[in-house]
Amino acid sequence: MDSPLLPEGVKRCSTKAFFLWTLPWLGLLAWGGLSAFLCLWKGLNQTNMSNIFAFALWIVFDLAVIALGAGAFFTGFLTYIIGKKELKNVINAAVIIGFICYSGAIAMLGIDIGQPIRGWFIFWHANIHSMLVEVSFCITCYLMVLAIEFVPIILGNRQLSKIRELNIFGHNLHETMAVFAATGTFLSFFHQGSLGGMFGVLYARPFAARDGFFIWPWTFFLFILSAIAAGPCFTILCTKLTEKLSRKKLVPDNAIQLLAKISAFLLSLYMVLKIADTLGWIYGVVPRAGLKFIDFYQEGPYGVWLVVCEIIIFGIAPAIILLVPKARQHDGWLIAACLMTCMGIVLNRFVFIVVTLAIPVMPFDRFWGYLPTWQEWGIAMAVIGYGFLLFSAAYRYLPLFPKERELNPVTE
Amino acid sequence: MKEKHVPGKRYGMIIDLDKCTGCGTCTIACAAENNVSVRSDESDKERSITWMELFKITNGKEFPHTEVCYFPRPCMHCEEDGRGHHQPSCVSVCVATATKLDHNTGIVSQVYTRCIGCRYCQAACPYKARYFNWWDAYFPKGKGLERYLSPEVSPRMRGVVEKCTFCHHRLMRAKNLAYAEERRELEEDEYITACAEACPAQAITFGDLNNPKHRVSQLIKSPYAFRLLERLNTKPKVYYLSNKDWVRKLADNYLPGEFEKIMKLSG
Repeated sequence: MDSPLLPEGVKRCSTKAFFLWTLPWLGLLAWGGLSAFLCLWKGLNQTNMSNIFAFALWIVFDLAVIALGAGAFFTGFLTYIIGKKELKNVINAAVIIGFICYSGAIAMLGIDIGQPIRGWFIFWHANIHSMLVEVSFCITCYLMVLAIEFVPIILGNRQLSKIRELNIFGHNLHETMAVFAATGTFLSFFHQGSLGGMFGVLYARPFAARDGFFIWPWTFFLFILSAIAAGPCFTILCTKLTEKLSRKKLVPDNAIQLLAKISAFLLSLYMVLKIADTLGWIYGVVPRAGLKFIDFYQEGPYGVWLVVCEIIIFGIAPAIILLVPKARQHDGWLIAACLMTCMGIVLNRFVFIVVTLAIPVMPFDRFWGYLPTWQEWGIAMAVIGYGFLLFSAAYRYLPLFPKERELNPVTE
Repeated sequence: MKEKHVPGKRYGMIIDLDKCTGCGTCTIACAAENNVSVRSDESDKERSITWMELFKITNGKEFPHTEVCYFPRPCMHCEEDGRGHHQPSCVSVCVATATKLDHNTGIVSQVYTRCIGCRYCQAACPYKARYFNWWDAYFPKGKGLERYLSPEVSPRMRGVVEKCTFCHHRLMRAKNLAYAEERRELEEDEYITACAEACPAQAITFGDLNNPKHRVSQLIKSPYAFRLLERLNTKPKVYYLSNKDWVRKLADNYLPGEFEKIMKLSG
């Protein structure tokens, strides 16, 4: 039914099969829509957030998807600025993943603030000392850059490309992509960093507080590094998942291997600095506040296992797998390592947000727990549903993988 | 006679914990004075609003050696963020400049109509002195509460953060009166907070920390005066007073042996 819209020379499932595939994701979107309506209508009392857990599941999701979406700017940087031509085979997918992550995060933030209609106050009454202002400015601008980067991909649709003016516009836009890649890199550098800075500057919360360089706490640099290490891993995971589901090879191995190799070195460097940061925190910030390392890991479910998981299981282990050429060339190991890296970064964001707030600072205060409501899960899941829908539609109707036709010749 | 203008006031308070009986009058007076919204069920302490919160602490010993102390906790009106920057943690993080430290009074204000409800300030405050309005403002009708509403304090809308303002409207009122009487300076008792006024044990003393004539500035020099979480260097303007070692020790975090060293130094 929609065959005139499909890219030429490639095989796609039937319209009916595609429709059935979209149903669960539409279901998640409907769940999220109902949750969003309730939160906007009745207020944030629909969540289990509290005066203790001022930030909760949504902020964890926000920070996680923004870190995972870093593959977009970093792949763009490697492709257009450094000149890694083989990555042109994966850049479109990376841009769309980035667009999904950033637009999803901004939509969630819109519901997360108590007065969504006043969202523009961030720009109008901006407090230049706040890391969150830097995050908001850079994320908003970068979403615009991502939208501009998305346009030539949309204009590559079989029917749209037939319109001469659009074709010329798309082509010219594509030619200027290096400028947007550079802008995206600049903006992303600052918002990834500021997201880390947001927690490092909580100087009165010894669990999150960090020393640093000039106005930037060490978390500023660690968040950038962890995002550019995990971003390419997430791009690899999404590509591999698309390949598994479509039962086709979509991206040449050299592109995936290059991303994995770069990720391996960045993750290794991140782990070295993360360990140094943790030691600096244990022997600097923590005793200055009159506390011991173990004091933070004694209450509730948050034990030392968090540190072990973050640094060893989801940090050092995937770094070693990705560093060894033979291991990363094996699909199973590659996927496992990418998955572990992404989980490590999500865990890192979770720790900085939820654990920071769960641990009381006043010695006589008690530990509080938090579990999200179905409305909170609904909105978080809607971002996943939206991501699957948009990526599936992009794969179906747009020339997402330039080498797809070459790698999968259609035999009549 | 024209009075000499003294710039740079630092309003603050000292709470004598040895006098505090834990009656909660300060909490109630504060809520009534500042139009603090209530809920039909106030048992959900994670989401209820108590600008002046009362903590109960004990020395952790078994009966008959158990000792109890009540710890009233308003907003600390900090002067620094813990790293030497001259603004409190909550002020430096606020995205929309909705909270400010007034360097002429030392009061940390909250502009409700500008707050976007991101709650970053709550995450930054180690004293948990900031409260978010999870519901629309509610004052049950027919129970007399609506008659207590003060026209001087705006009720807060759903979705914004609120906190103790050191009854800032009382300062405005006192200043207006002084202006009408052609005075430039306020007398010590002309501006005090509702909690200080209501405390039946007179445990709370409020005034200008910069003014050596004010009792509060004399009391904070006591060797038994201390601040909550002082090591974090947030420089609160709320002081406490207690001659019980265990109470002073519980006001901050100490590594083994550290508190004993401080005790020796202070005699």
